Amino acid sequence: MKRLETEILVIGGGAAGLSAAAEAAAAGAKVMILESDLHLGGQLVKQTHKFFGSKDEYAGTRGFKIADILLKEMESCKENIEIHTNTTVTGYYSEDDTFTAMRDEDEFFTIKADRAIVATGAQERLIPFVNNDLPGVYGAGAVQTIMNVYGVVPGKRVLMVGAGNIGLIVSYQLMQAGVEVAAIVEAAPKVGGYWVHAAKVRRMGVPILLRHSIKRALGDEIITGAMITELNERFEPVGEEKKIDCDVICIAVGLTPTTEILSQAGCEMMYVPELCGNVARRDSSMQTSNPKFFTAGDASGIEEASAAMVEGRVAGLSALKSLGYPTEHGRLEEYWGRLQALRSGEAGKRICQGLTCVLTEDWEAVHNG
Amino acid sequence: MDDKEMLFNSGILTEEREGAILPPEELWKNKKGGLVVVECPQRIPCNPCATSCPTGAIRPFSDINDTPSVDHSKCTGCTLCVASCPGLACFVIDLTFSDDLALYKLPYEMLPLPVKGEKVLCLDREGKCIAEGTVENITQPRKDRTYVIHVSAPKNLVREFRAIRVVK
Amino acid sequence: MDEKSGPERGVGRMDLIHDHPILEFSHGEKITFTFDGNSMEGHEGEPIAMALHANGVRVYRETAEKHRPRGFFCAIGKCSSCFMVVDGVPNVRTCITPLKAGMKVETQHGKGKVFEGAE
Repeated sequence: MKRLETEILVIGGGAAGLSAAAEAAAAGAKVMILESDLHLGGQLVKQTHKFFGSKDEYAGTRGFKIADILLKEMESCKENIEIHTNTTVTGYYSEDDTFTAMRDEDEFFTIKADRAIVATGAQERLIPFVNNDLPGVYGAGAVQTIMNVYGVVPGKRVLMVGAGNIGLIVSYQLMQAGVEVAAIVEAAPKVGGYWVHAAKVRRMGVPILLRHSIKRALGDEIITGAMITELNERFEPVGEEKKIDCDVICIAVGLTPTTEILSQAGCEMMYVPELCGNVARRDSSMQTSNPKFFTAGDASGIEEASAAMVEGRVAGLSALKSLGYPTEHGRLEEYWGRLQALRSGEAGKRICQGLTCVLTEDWEAVHNG
Repeated sequence: MDDKEMLFNSGILTEEREGAILPPEELWKNKKGGLVVVECPQRIPCNPCATSCPTGAIRPFSDINDTPSVDHSKCTGCTLCVASCPGLACFVIDLTFSDDLALYKLPYEMLPLPVKGEKVLCLDREGKCIAEGTVENITQPRKDRTYVIHVSAPKNLVREFRAIRVVK
Repeated sequence: MDEKSGPERGVGRMDLIHDHPILEFSHGEKITFTFDGNSMEGHEGEPIAMALHANGVRVYRETAEKHRPRGFFCAIGKCSSCFMVVDGVPNVRTCITPLKAGMKVETQHGKGKVFEGAE
């Protein structure tokens, strides 16, 4: 079996992973990026909207353009970066300190790395309702992939489940692609995403039904509609069910961090509801309890892409530092300042609560008692 | 929770509040070029409206989560914020267009693109058609495919008219 | 909605987004492949699942026990909903496996047969 080596292995070439790789490679470290998708960019390449944040996080620039900016940054230090797309990391064997990976479903190889940055992103959640397994019930990320990356029409009329940022943004993107959005249902009494995103789809005539949820999907083989219902304060169905005609039910009820590799590496894990799942404990350098492993982006807790990019920078910088590379004084503090700014709004409160549970002092202090 | 609150919670502005205040009448009614109307009532980490404003009319933020605060005396109605706001929450309304019509400058990122002189539907914050307007101009201030459509429509819609639908 | 879904199947009927206010799409070369024996068009190098969807195919496999139809769900290779038999090999993640000219794509029944790939 082929055996590869690198100094810093970056698992996942999305917003966090690319930022980490750019940071580390610019300082001269040998970096390898493994990406399971056919191209780099992760969720960034699917975003047609302009990003929030400040100039430092490319505010006002559309997501897919930000992916281009990061790739261009990497171009300037490409001799230090080895990229493998269509390559999935399948495991980490701690006894051999070796990663296994698979390219294109049939080529297997192993990797030895001095440090690993786990930026594996997240996976879509599903909620229980009758027929939620029928073809046509698609994750919001999947709908973005099919229409914004591959230019394929996802359906004729879509019911969106969930009014978080993803549900709101994808509804808007569906309209841009010429697809009708029948309605957005949201179980909470308030949209979870940014208010301005909600206003944007509302003024295009899309109803946002708060305190509503989907009861079942209709159809035998594929989706022909959905039954929705109002919910009371205890989230119990009340009143008569209403029928929505649709051929796609788009699920945007949240994401769960993808963390298997961190678990396999023995990193201390913790279930943190505010970060949407099981995540690795880490110090402010994004280093986990296994000193060789760092984490960043959605894999370390679900948050906006702007924060993922800064976390990636932190992880890249810290991995460099731990390998003995000289790093610019005050840079880590600058990144943390940016993260704190991004997290000090209404939506950031939850993240900060989650972080207080999962952040430790630096590990040396912990290990030395 | 009352209906007004529920409506607001679903993305409909129901009354003026912090980050969503109409310009002062006196300043507004004779201001050639119009003044900005910002509808951004929630603290989120975002500042392109302020950083894109060439005159400082949208005051610089001290915290990136600030809701926009506008010094209308400095606003020229240039629409750079309209084209820059990621939330499409900035609009410019010029009350000097004619006796009974105002010129509404609204962000647009959909297809089809209207042409000058075309009649379009005027939509309120819920997407309901409230009037017919005429496209007077189409600009693309940042050359990034966020268009600003200038539509003449009745003056009494300043609190309602926020989007257009192009019917081809 | 009455139809049994989507566009009609067959060569030359890919349901693609032609005009978009923000994005421009550049597709791979147009090639043909087969789905359950029917010839279809797709773009080389783009995921198999996308080509199928563009051709109106929504059902990619049938589950082992309850024989429920399955399409794709996550489209990023993480959920196993879109497993199909590709060139005789079962359990291929069609959402992230690039399409090649002449590929033989088949609906997967249950877990698929491992040894068909050996022929």
